[in-house]
Amino acid sequence: MASLDDLKKRIASVKSTQKITKAMKMVAAAKLRRAQESAENGRPYSEKMNNVILNLSSGISDKDNAPKLLSGTGNDKVHLCVVMTSDRGLCGGFNSNIIKKAKSYFSKIVSEGKELKIITVGSKGNDQLKRMYGDKIIENVSFKNSKNANYFDADKVGKIIIDKFENSQFDICTIFYNQFKNVITQIPQAQQIIPLNTKDSKDKTSEESYEFEPDEDEILSNLLPKNISTQIFKAMLENSASEQGSRMSAMDNATRNAGEMVDKLTIQYNRSRQAAITKELIEIISGAESL
Amino acid sequence: MSEEFKIEIVNPEKSFLVKEDVLETVVPAFEGEMGILKDHISIISFLKPGIIKIFSKSGNENYYVEDGIVEFKNNSLSILTSNIFNVASLDKSKKENLLKKAEEEAGKTDISDQSKYLADQKVQVLRLIN
Repeated sequence: MASLDDLKKRIASVKSTQKITKAMKMVAAAKLRRAQESAENGRPYSEKMNNVILNLSSGISDKDNAPKLLSGTGNDKVHLCVVMTSDRGLCGGFNSNIIKKAKSYFSKIVSEGKELKIITVGSKGNDQLKRMYGDKIIENVSFKNSKNANYFDADKVGKIIIDKFENSQFDICTIFYNQFKNVITQIPQAQQIIPLNTKDSKDKTSEESYEFEPDEDEILSNLLPKNISTQIFKAMLENSASEQGSRMSAMDNATRNAGEMVDKLTIQYNRSRQAAITKELIEIISGAESL
Repeated sequence: MSEEFKIEIVNPEKSFLVKEDVLETVVPAFEGEMGILKDHISIISFLKPGIIKIFSKSGNENYYVEDGIVEFKNNSLSILTSNIFNVASLDKSKKENLLKKAEEEAGKTDISDQSKYLADQKVQVLRLIN
């Protein structure tokens, strides 16, 4: 059994851990509010962008000559996966959920005999994936220095992807991120961004005819690269809200666990203290009796 | 009948501006400036660097944009852009910063004709408002 002194030290150390997790929870809660706000503020842009593209692609007359970003290369041999994770840990299952989703997709691709390429965004994903898929990772981007998710970072990732697409380094691109549902629930998502999945979205494009200036093809070829960046940005916003939400609930749990642990240790401490006193009393009494 | 229509400018971070009482908007479309009044035909176009001029009942406003997409439909004008600044609130140093960046870009020799054209446009517009 641990001595009184040891128990005292453990209680103190658990208490200070609890203080840290409590502080982290507070910070995450504050950041979550901001992240959620910006995720909501960012929604109109991506929705409008999506609408315009849907309208455009339904207006395209010559499907065969549609830009490759929309229609794809016609192959599906090389898959590029962009795995978006956080740069910091201690956020519960946030990163491992994305990785799990991504890994199951990877093994499907590999078992079908297709080539796999990975870009990781965020250092935590890179850390976890490089053990198993180290040779497949072609790029690792990390935005440790930017405080919030911003469009310029997303644009950088978008440019990397488009650059690789234009050099025909892959056929299909999928991004992995966590969609923010609420503080306790984040849903890992796999979203195909190249070629664009227009069938997926509800078919509510108006039949109204638009005037295009310049023509559809030119607008589309200008718009599609921007859409990639927009989608990435959306994923980044959802991710950062999810990260904070996940961290908040993880730290809440940790604080509660630490509290339980302190209670348990305190009971143990009191018991052994009492046992020591009783023992001393017995010694004194039996010593007095023997006289 | 009123002659007003709605304008909404959004950038990736937020909804930048919403106005309901716009009389006319002039946007720097890729193939030339384009004035939009109420009941314009539905149109989609994209922008080159330039000034968006908004004439509304509550006052006129000018915005500098670097790129974007405009969509006009059912008397509602949506402008999607990644870079937008209110000309009135741009201070001198910020303008000079933007101009410097644009000039640097225009000075590059290894860029395509189209991006060169866009960069030159940027410089022109920024010199104008400086």
